[in-house]
Amino acid sequence: MNDEGTLVPAQQSRIHPAAEEIKIAARGLSFYYGELQTLQALDLKIPKQCVTALIGPSGCGKSTLLRIFNRMYAIYPKQRAEGEVLLDGENVLDPSYSINRLRTRVGMVFQKPVPFPMSIYENVAYAIRHYEKLSRSALNERVQSALIGAALWNEVKDKLNQSALGLSGGQQQRLCIARAIALKPEVLLMDEPTSALDPLSTAKIEQLIDDLKTQYTVIIVTHNMQQAARVSHFTGFMFMGELIEFSTTEKLFKQPDNQKTLDYITGRFG
Amino acid sequence: MGSAKWMRRCIKDYMAKILSVAASLFGIFWLAWILWTTLSNGLPALKWQLFTQMTPPPGVRGGLLNAFAGSLMMTALAMLIGTPVGIAAGTYLSEYARHTRLGTAIRFVNDILLSAPSIVIGLFVYELMVQQMGHFSALAGAVALSFIVLPVVVRTTDEMLQLVPSSMREAGLALGVPQWKITRQVLYRAVRAGILIRILLALARIVGETAPLLFTALNNQYWTHNLNEPMANVPVVIFQYAMSPYEFWHALAWAGALVVTVFILLLGLLSRTLAAHRGRT
Repeated sequence: MNDEGTLVPAQQSRIHPAAEEIKIAARGLSFYYGELQTLQALDLKIPKQCVTALIGPSGCGKSTLLRIFNRMYAIYPKQRAEGEVLLDGENVLDPSYSINRLRTRVGMVFQKPVPFPMSIYENVAYAIRHYEKLSRSALNERVQSALIGAALWNEVKDKLNQSALGLSGGQQQRLCIARAIALKPEVLLMDEPTSALDPLSTAKIEQLIDDLKTQYTVIIVTHNMQQAARVSHFTGFMFMGELIEFSTTEKLFKQPDNQKTLDYITGRFG
Repeated sequence: MGSAKWMRRCIKDYMAKILSVAASLFGIFWLAWILWTTLSNGLPALKWQLFTQMTPPPGVRGGLLNAFAGSLMMTALAMLIGTPVGIAAGTYLSEYARHTRLGTAIRFVNDILLSAPSIVIGLFVYELMVQQMGHFSALAGAVALSFIVLPVVVRTTDEMLQLVPSSMREAGLALGVPQWKITRQVLYRAVRAGILIRILLALARIVGETAPLLFTALNNQYWTHNLNEPMANVPVVIFQYAMSPYEFWHALAWAGALVVTVFILLLGLLSRTLAAHRGRT
């Protein structure tokens, strides 16, 4: 684990000026599935308004880590987390921290696109309506700006009232991104968002992630190392429930400090 | 491959085809015969008075108006009781008690109720309501029919909701929307066509149920819309008239049977149309 002093980026041009600010910090974070411990007292700092990638072999705990950041694990009775996750300095694992407030601040996009069985418009408007009483025109504006933000507006603007289930997989995933950013979250968690998509749709989503970083702190879990290298500023390598190495993406892929990281990125295991 | 072996395979294939076609024809043959008998006996008796006049005493002309109305009322009431309770219970089983011991126990008991003979349900409601109230009533009939609908709806709702991938629940919860709202506004939408189809089939089943009504609603020769009185209904009228020695009553019974059969056929068609429509969206 690097301290902030070594976060000096090699790709200076790609790093957002806010990179020195920490958005999310995990401190002594452990996780249990029943008796089985899958995260081992892990420490991590996620810089604000950057894209951070988490890579590692299957079962290393990267998705688990992501699902702690919005307490998604809490819906399963046998799963529990210990330690602290600080969002702007507040511990979100504290039971008194409202789970609904957390989830409006921290949005999530899943591996498989899951549009709701309703119209394209309703998919985006659904959660907005839950939180805010907006006039018809204000709601229309919010839906439109979310769809523009997710680079989907031009493809769907003439069929907003059609079922979202008729969209292609890539379009559905961008709709899910629109649905998440419609709530104006500060952090966007992405759990292998392109692993179910074709290369063209993947390219579109990657471009979109690049655009999103100006407004959101993006954390992306990916199996695809090229993708991590393409889209992220910082990368964390995880192995067996531990964070082995965390640094700028450039450094992690070119001169990793740890032998395990080197073995993984060069394909010697995984 | 030797040509003898090839020939043997061809013959086997041919035999299998003939056997399966014969088996299908055997089933369809009886069904067609039943339909033909109902049609040929029911059609001549199918007159306008059937829907405008009450069930007659022996030797007098009449129709089945009060029986149709009674069946309609009791069936509707049974659906009104059985459907909401069934959907609520099925939702509980799938969304709140999926892997709990209580959920498993309820599911098991519900499956028993699902296959309980309808005459047992009739006797149970007789004990529960008719004995207590001291007389037969349409209300008791509707309750008996609702006990047939209930387990079907519970099972269907439970099964359909379990088929919804958990990722859809997670996607909803990740937006910070509470679980009950996700269930009502997202999950129900995903399953409503499937549940509606099975509710229609349950409706088709209770329209023709006789045993539960024999012990509860009994019969009534006159018009009534008082749920606290015995009420005429098509299955029991068919039963009673078909057993009688009077020609005209026989004809009315066949006409009633034809109307019920056509109604069930239409429900079946409607549910198939819904299923096809669901396949497209």
